[in-house]
Amino acid sequence: MKKALYGRKIGMTQFIKEDGTAVPVTACELGPCVIVQKKTVDKDGYSAFKLGFVDQKESRLTKPIAADLKKKNIAPKRFFAEVENFDNALEVGNEINCTIFSENEIVDVTGISKGHGFSGVIKRHGFGGGRITHGSHFHRAPGSIGAHTYPAEVWKGKKMPGRFGNKNVTVKNLQVVKILADKNIVLISGAVPGRKNSIIKVTVK
Amino acid sequence: MDIMQAIEKDIRPVERKVDFEIGDTVRVHYKIIEGTKERIQVYEGVVIAIDNKGQNKTFTVRKISFDVGVERIFPVLSPKIAKIEVVRKSVVRKAKLYFLRERKGKSAKLKEKKFSKKAKVAAPVTTSDAPAAE
Repeated sequence: MKKALYGRKIGMTQFIKEDGTAVPVTACELGPCVIVQKKTVDKDGYSAFKLGFVDQKESRLTKPIAADLKKKNIAPKRFFAEVENFDNALEVGNEINCTIFSENEIVDVTGISKGHGFSGVIKRHGFGGGRITHGSHFHRAPGSIGAHTYPAEVWKGKKMPGRFGNKNVTVKNLQVVKILADKNIVLISGAVPGRKNSIIKVTVK
Repeated sequence: MDIMQAIEKDIRPVERKVDFEIGDTVRVHYKIIEGTKERIQVYEGVVIAIDNKGQNKTFTVRKISFDVGVERIFPVLSPKIAKIEVVRKSVVRKAKLYFLRERKGKSAKLKEKKFSKKAKVAAPVTTSDAPAAE
């Protein structure tokens, strides 16, 4: 039963504790999320909440989704996602907000990392590269990618240039520093994947 | 208001106005924790820079200690600062006094600007939770 909630990343700032130490924090707007559907073991094979979040114009929804939400008396939502069923007392139509978290709690944050496009090995894998000056002709290339006759192939998984970022990334064991319930803001210590305004999921360990 | 600014306003540790200017000689009363005891250490020097970074606004204080130049950067909103006193004001024409780093002795002195005793009393900056009287 892991408590979890969806929201968006706002940006980073500094939080100064009472003893004067500064902590780098990411401000995340979490919830309020509406329970759109309760999935049960009997019917769906597993138990979960389907959550809807961020208000949306009704005309932007597909007709099946709009009709479903109307039947359940839920305002149109932009995003839908599932989390584990962590509280059986909650019913369809109930709102979950950031008060399910508490200060000093350890959380995992999942999001889509910033896309870097097609990147070379220095940016993508942290290769050292070569000298820029002193007559060097070897600057940012990957260098040798394997031996000769044996094995006569390039090993699978060799670190090479390619698409970098824009992937689902989870950062584990971050601490909730402060909750501003009136703004639905949770301050989480450290960095969180993704750009500003990107969708994130925060799960309590 | 920008949401980030609103958040930063909410989490501000202390309220403090910057009542000093570039070129002022200030006494920064800084709280130091030694084991379990807390005491106040005074750091006196010339304000050579104020960096406006929103809530992370800082100021740099330069002094000469045993013939060695020392610069310390304080966050304006640090809860560790008990109070800031202005002891001397001077005539300056620049926003950043980095030229003082290359000067020594008499040439590193700034021309004094007169300011009334009344202003001197008003100048110490108070924090909302810790009154200036200590």
